[in-house]
Amino acid sequence: MRRIALVLAAVLICVRGEAQAVEYRQVVAEKSSIAFAYRQMNVPMEGAFKRFAGQINFDPAKLVEASARFDIDLTSIDTGASDSDEEVQRKPWFNTRVFPQAQFVSSSIKAVRPNVFDVSGRLTIKGKASDVHTLVSMKQAGAKAVFEGALAIRRADFAIGEGMWADFGTVANEVQIKFRILATAEPVAGAKKQ
Amino acid sequence: MSQSASISSAALSSAYGSVAVVFHWAMALMIVAIFGLGLFMSNVPLSPEKLRYYAWHKWAGASVFLLAALRLLWSLTHPVAMSAPVPAWKQAMAKWTHRMFYVLMLAIPVSGWLMSSAKGVPTVYLGLWRLPDLVRRDPELGTLLQGLHGFLNYTMASMLVIHVAAALKHHLWDKDEVLVRMLPFLRTPQWRQS
Repeated sequence: MRRIALVLAAVLICVRGEAQAVEYRQVVAEKSSIAFAYRQMNVPMEGAFKRFAGQINFDPAKLVEASARFDIDLTSIDTGASDSDEEVQRKPWFNTRVFPQAQFVSSSIKAVRPNVFDVSGRLTIKGKASDVHTLVSMKQAGAKAVFEGALAIRRADFAIGEGMWADFGTVANEVQIKFRILATAEPVAGAKKQ
Repeated sequence: MSQSASISSAALSSAYGSVAVVFHWAMALMIVAIFGLGLFMSNVPLSPEKLRYYAWHKWAGASVFLLAALRLLWSLTHPVAMSAPVPAWKQAMAKWTHRMFYVLMLAIPVSGWLMSSAKGVPTVYLGLWRLPDLVRRDPELGTLLQGLHGFLNYTMASMLVIHVAAALKHHLWDKDEVLVRMLPFLRTPQWRQS
């Protein structure tokens, strides 16, 4: 009995130790989402990107080394209507034949409050790069964590919607990008699998 | 049943008041215009103009609904007698045609509203007031409601053709007061008086 109790205690200490030294490295794309919201004739509209790849390297205890990078497949856009999905692939919008992907690469991640981080980085869409930053909240649950946040951009900064679409009277300039990223941790170096 | 009905209808004037006449023609113009716009806009290629036409169509549709509801209240509180004694079957036809028109004037905007919600585009009346989405975004339901919206519209258009033809028949063939009482400016032509 005493032995069993000792082993249990050791396991518990191990598990606790691991949970604190967790580093999130794997983005679970199927359980993550990158969506957007904008106004069209002052009507709130929503859409999402179905395919994207994320690489993160995030240990809340080592923010200096933390980084995140997302590559979004713009051809996977879902605006809710097939004619709009086709339209936004064209030259005035994303011009996906030339620029099939949008990209975000973090430059610095700082803690603002417990579980809230200020993430700065470079957002590139349609060959135009812009420095952006956003507040990201983190919810940890063991080896998993959900990162959530929103980022307001102006479509004109990236030449999204040119020519007849350049006027903001029908499609507003402001676009909210909303993301929810589920990431899993890999055990830190040296930790053994129980 | 005929006793009380005939007494009350005998007490009623057969003349439409100016409110009823204004309701009739204002809505007639709106409905013809909005029907034409609806047909036209669906064939316009995706463009800011198209988005504007859709918004206007929806605002006009919501206005038709409001007017139809007010008009229904008005007509229920201000009944008008038949302009001349007519057989019971004709009375019944007239009564049911009126009812059908009211049902369509209310149901067509509602079907458009629901269709829009199902297609993921909320309705913001005049760009100011957002109507609630009574159904969730569901492309299949959207297609179904689009079919219903079209069917109800063509039903009303067919009824309208018969309605106009009947009014002209009354005026030109029967030479009675049916059209004139809804069109007070249309005096009995000189050649008919002599």
